[in-house]
Amino acid sequence: MGQGIGQILVYAAVLLALSYPLGIWMAHVYTRERGDVVERGFLRLLGRDALEDQNWKQYGLSVIVFTIAFSVFLYGLLRLQGHLFLNPDHLPAVPWTVALNTTASFVTNTNWQYYAGEATMSYLSQMAGLAVQQFVSAGVGLAVVAAVIRGIAKRGGGVGLSNGLGNFWRDLYRSIVYILLPLALVLAVILISQGVPQTFHGHATATTLQGAHQTIARGPVGSMIAIKQLGTNGGGFYDSNSAVPFENPTPLSNFFEMLAILLIPFAQVVMFGRMVLARRHAWVLYAVCFTIFALGVSVAFPSEQHGSAVLRNSGVNITHSASQVGGNMTDKETRFGIANTALWATATTDVSNGSVNGGHDAFTPAGGAVPLINIFLGEVEPGGVGSGLYGLIFYVLIAVFVAGLMVGRTPEWLGKKIEAREMKLAALGALAVPTMVLVMTAAAIVTPAGLASVFNPGAHGFTETLYAYASQSNNNGSAFAGYAATDFSTTLGTVALYFGRFFPLLAGLAIGGSLAVKKVVPASAGTFRTDGGTFGIMLLGVIALTAGLMILPALTLGPIVEGLMH
Amino acid sequence: MRALLASLVAIVVLTVVLGFGYPALMTGIAQVTMSHQANGSLIERNGTVVGSSLAAQNFTSPRYFHERPSATTPPYNPAFTTFSNLGPTNPALAKLVKQNAAAILKLEGPYNPGLTIHQIPVDAVVPSGSGIDPEISIAYADLQARRVAAVRHLPLTTVQQLIKEHTVGRQLDWFGESGVNVLNLNLALDGLGGK
Repeated sequence: MGQGIGQILVYAAVLLALSYPLGIWMAHVYTRERGDVVERGFLRLLGRDALEDQNWKQYGLSVIVFTIAFSVFLYGLLRLQGHLFLNPDHLPAVPWTVALNTTASFVTNTNWQYYAGEATMSYLSQMAGLAVQQFVSAGVGLAVVAAVIRGIAKRGGGVGLSNGLGNFWRDLYRSIVYILLPLALVLAVILISQGVPQTFHGHATATTLQGAHQTIARGPVGSMIAIKQLGTNGGGFYDSNSAVPFENPTPLSNFFEMLAILLIPFAQVVMFGRMVLARRHAWVLYAVCFTIFALGVSVAFPSEQHGSAVLRNSGVNITHSASQVGGNMTDKETRFGIANTALWATATTDVSNGSVNGGHDAFTPAGGAVPLINIFLGEVEPGGVGSGLYGLIFYVLIAVFVAGLMVGRTPEWLGKKIEAREMKLAALGALAVPTMVLVMTAAAIVTPAGLASVFNPGAHGFTETLYAYASQSNNNGSAFAGYAATDFSTTLGTVALYFGRFFPLLAGLAIGGSLAVKKVVPASAGTFRTDGGTFGIMLLGVIALTAGLMILPALTLGPIVEGLMH
Repeated sequence: MRALLASLVAIVVLTVVLGFGYPALMTGIAQVTMSHQANGSLIERNGTVVGSSLAAQNFTSPRYFHERPSATTPPYNPAFTTFSNLGPTNPALAKLVKQNAAAILKLEGPYNPGLTIHQIPVDAVVPSGSGIDPEISIAYADLQARRVAAVRHLPLTTVQQLIKEHTVGRQLDWFGESGVNVLNLNLALDGLGGK
């Protein structure tokens, strides 16, 4: 295990080293006054909506209208792909329930997949439909968080000052052109060099050494996988996602794909600190996120290396040695082994990425509980691009509020009074989605239509169901992939996807709008400090007590029972 | 209304730039500078494509090294990858492991006197993530070496040497885990000639 821990530490070090400068750059991108010439042209082309400073309601309206319009476009594309070009393998239209769920899934930055990409989607659908959303939904998330942060940072309240949060279209443009696209270009080249295909040719056919026919799916994969990883999307070209050698050929490609999962999410915490002029506070948040991440890995890795009872009792050799990795290798790839698969599973659910390089359904009870808990906490460690940070802000506000109650003062955060309105929004933002997950899971577990999706027997089947609705509601997209597509599960999932995206998004924007108009109160001796270790521990406690306690009863029915049986 | 108008324009512009421009640019770069990788790392022998170094294929003959189990339909299908999704307490997993181990004991036993289930490495009996994992552990390759050598009438040392040559170590001596690329190894065996 020692070398595996070493690999994980190198990963953490590189992540720290790269997220810092990127965060500084991102803060610069969103605070620069004057845009480049292309930006100005693009905004003029879009018309008046793109040219004014928007308040939180106008900003939110642009986001919603844009997302719905793009949903219609994407749904149409998936349904019509059979009649369109760039379909060398002549794939037919995507069935409507799956197309609807997939549309919801990709426009909400989730990328839950009720289909097998290489056997369902034409090249046109993959690159001009799904991969476009991987840029756009990530760009929307970043834009929204930039707006929320501007609201927090505003020294508002003065006469004649604008209370706007910025302009959605300008933020979207900058997110894509200055952050996502440049990183995607670099990552795509690295991935293709390692063996990820990038071609418009259809399937290759091979005659195997034993004379059989083998069809090899390929396509414009590299360009998609790069943004899939960077934009906390996760939806792969192939069904087995980044476990497939064509999507993730080598340990090095694996390293860069894993780095891309957490790079922008951690950088956005640095960006936050710079934009609100509270760098120490941001480092506390960074440390809290990093702690949750480290805790997850330190449970998942040993659990998977220890293996499941079925494997231990079978008599086969699962002991780690120089000639084999050992452990729970079910649904894992040889080149990644245990450490890199456990690390990936933790990282991908600390944020809303949801790509996988091994099957979570086959994880041990404790190993599989790590991604489930991460998702249930709302993926705020540090969460999806954009969405994670405003998710984290909900918890921060709750922590500040609780601290304020403890010391008997009006809670303040970054110089602004936190009052009833912000607290209601934060509580709703933090708790609405977990509540919906529990209700949907209950509905799916007591109805025959819901049970039809379950693949594994017993407690594990319950975990599959819980994971499915937790993942879709929190816009993660990873799965206990045995959970099958039925009309019931795709429809319920579609509701979960849209609700889980927009409810916290609007709550976040509303908080930004509300804080934007508040006067700054100077810090005094009685102000509770949010830039030290005490607050960090407080925040960890709040996360554990709010969402953590909500999932505990469900955990006992799923992974805990399974672990005890085991 | 203004937002809808802006949305429609944005959808067109973004789809053209990100949906066509970006992948076309990447394809251009890839095809010019790394066409082998960009086309699927295909391997040709005497002018015909025999597979991809990134995809396992179905080896059943005793003359060849065998791959890890695959959960795809048919097995080792690079056009429809899938996990097995067998949970850690699923009785079907226990049954599958037992069956796979028994098959390996039957196949390798005659060439490895005294072989027991405890010598079978775990990756040999459980499905891989993609169903087309191109690699097996060194332990599983070592286990198959005697059979392949005997069936092909090759000295064991020759086969062991080939295993060494086709072992993919940790990348940069640090990242990932070691494994043996089965298709490349089998091609090298065929390349030796003999029967």
